Amino acid sequence: MRREGSPFRGLSTVFVKELSDHVSSIRMLVLELLIVSTALAALYEAISSLRQNTAEDPFLLLRLFTIDQAPLPSFVAILGFLIPLMAIGLGFDAVNSEHNRRTMSRILAQPIYRDALLMGKFLAALATIGISLTALWLLVIGLGLIFLGVPPGGEEIARSAVFLIVAIFYAGVWLSLAMLLSTVFRSAATAALVALGIWLFLTVLWPMLAPALAQAIAPADPRYALLGLNDPATAVWTQELLRLSPNDLFGEAMLAVLSPTTRALGPVFLDQLRGAVMGAPLPFGESIMIAWPQTVGLVAGTIILFAFSYVLFQRQEVRA
Amino acid sequence: MSEQQTEANGAPRDLVISARGLARHYGKSIAVDSIDFGIARGEVFGLLGPNGAGKTTTILMMLGLTEISSGEVSVLGFDPAREPLKVKQRVGYLPDAVGFYDQLTATENLAYTAKLMGLARAERAARIEAALARVGLAEVAEKRVGTFSRGMRQRLGLAEIIMKRAEIAILDEPTSGLDPQATQEFLGLIRELKAEGVTVLLSSHMLDQVQRVCDRVALFRGGRIVLLGTVPELAVRVLGAGFVVEVEAEGPGIARRLAMIPGVTQVETLAADRFRMTAERDVRPDAARAVVAGDGALRRLSVDEPSLETIYARYFQAQPTGDVRHAA
Repeated sequence: MRREGSPFRGLSTVFVKELSDHVSSIRMLVLELLIVSTALAALYEAISSLRQNTAEDPFLLLRLFTIDQAPLPSFVAILGFLIPLMAIGLGFDAVNSEHNRRTMSRILAQPIYRDALLMGKFLAALATIGISLTALWLLVIGLGLIFLGVPPGGEEIARSAVFLIVAIFYAGVWLSLAMLLSTVFRSAATAALVALGIWLFLTVLWPMLAPALAQAIAPADPRYALLGLNDPATAVWTQELLRLSPNDLFGEAMLAVLSPTTRALGPVFLDQLRGAVMGAPLPFGESIMIAWPQTVGLVAGTIILFAFSYVLFQRQEVRA
Repeated sequence: MSEQQTEANGAPRDLVISARGLARHYGKSIAVDSIDFGIARGEVFGLLGPNGAGKTTTILMMLGLTEISSGEVSVLGFDPAREPLKVKQRVGYLPDAVGFYDQLTATENLAYTAKLMGLARAERAARIEAALARVGLAEVAEKRVGTFSRGMRQRLGLAEIIMKRAEIAILDEPTSGLDPQATQEFLGLIRELKAEGVTVLLSSHMLDQVQRVCDRVALFRGGRIVLLGTVPELAVRVLGAGFVVEVEAEGPGIARRLAMIPGVTQVETLAADRFRMTAERDVRPDAARAVVAGDGALRRLSVDEPSLETIYARYFQAQPTGDVRHAA
């Protein structure tokens, strides 16, 4: 049975309405303030440490993103931590608030499909995050120009633009997750708590749990331990488990793109490095190749989670 | 393209909604159990019944907002399961306890739905203004809906239907929780819609209101329509008779004369000069004639029109709700 009409009818209307709601909401203002102030603090530290050795580095702009000056983590690490918070903040009540405000049946009684409502909400929240991240990205480049006084090269801009795109997809994963939870749970508070729980688990607990699990799955060979080395099997398992977390995927992709000297993301044997000029930057295309699987993982995660919420939402009863 | 159907009374009727064997199951529980009904253009049709009897589920199926398990329904000639957009373009729906975006003004709320309806920009503004004026919300058009009372929200919901220029207005419990004056105003608006030729479907528990505005009613119970027809028809079916006439008259053998009037089923003598007749129709003229013909002195003739409330109470009294109902 095929339904008539376009599933995208009304999409732009929902998109514009949701976008204007997000942009003018106090919630967004608070999240923006949080991210901008933390990011600025990290940038300030990065700039003050970079001013010492301006001349030595060919990728000065990228250093702004990655350098960490204790006690503050790097700009990228801070974003890796805060982007999920922003995405959850925008998505946790996307669907259930329409039910709770009793607007759902009224809106769906208009000549649109549910597709347009869900898609419009997702795209509007993603666009909101995209706009904020772009503003933040321009802020970093601008501050770099002002305080470092070195104009960024084309490759630096390209690499940082890749950072921006990957960051938006990273936000997409969390946004899809938050919207999925907002479809599953009728109470916005429950959805928010579950989303934040998953976020804390994956960013704080999982990096500790993954090595322990890897030890259990592939116990280290005592011969390696005698030599004071890590068992490669355990190391690979650790990394594979860590990669289940979108945070890790984002971190790895950013490492490859923003630190041009990164040659591999996994454990490497010494003989594989034979002939490599250590410390020499890789070309842009090669760095992208290294970050590619992680980026695809983030895109796939976004799509899969969105598909789940799409199916659930289509089957959900309209009435509370 | 509504189908023509000949009803029992022989008059061809222009049906805008017709359901045949319409059913909705949730797993093993049955929300709506194979119902049949037809609603004519311009009619005000009441859906009655206790909570969970399947009224809202029926409404949602007509709008294509919930799946139809079996049977079929046609709304303005369209199948809501296959062509929901065409149905929703022409049908206005005011849900039970309608909600709006509190942070937006009345105009902004309507503008959003107007855009979803696909109205052109120029037409939007004019239609919104006219609709708000019709329901008496013109003065608060630029106020946030968060400040609105329950009655104002309901009227705003009706404004949305007016703005849509819907051919059918489906109102789910529109007057529950309203104060008497707001209810009166709302019922007035429903009558105005009817006068414009809009077909109105009204679901309610408020029986006297339904009786006041509805042409026909359907009584839902446990997912089925157990009674369907005009209020006098239902009265005949449930109470056994449609009219109870009280006669106050003096004269010889009045009770016997009254009992001889065709259509009278019973005459009770309440006092020497007071009689209560139960009849299938309004027998007041005949009663008057009978009293006068017998040289009696007629003092008072009063009729108790059958109230829907009595019918409802009697029906559910007669058939206790023993069956298990599943609220959807």
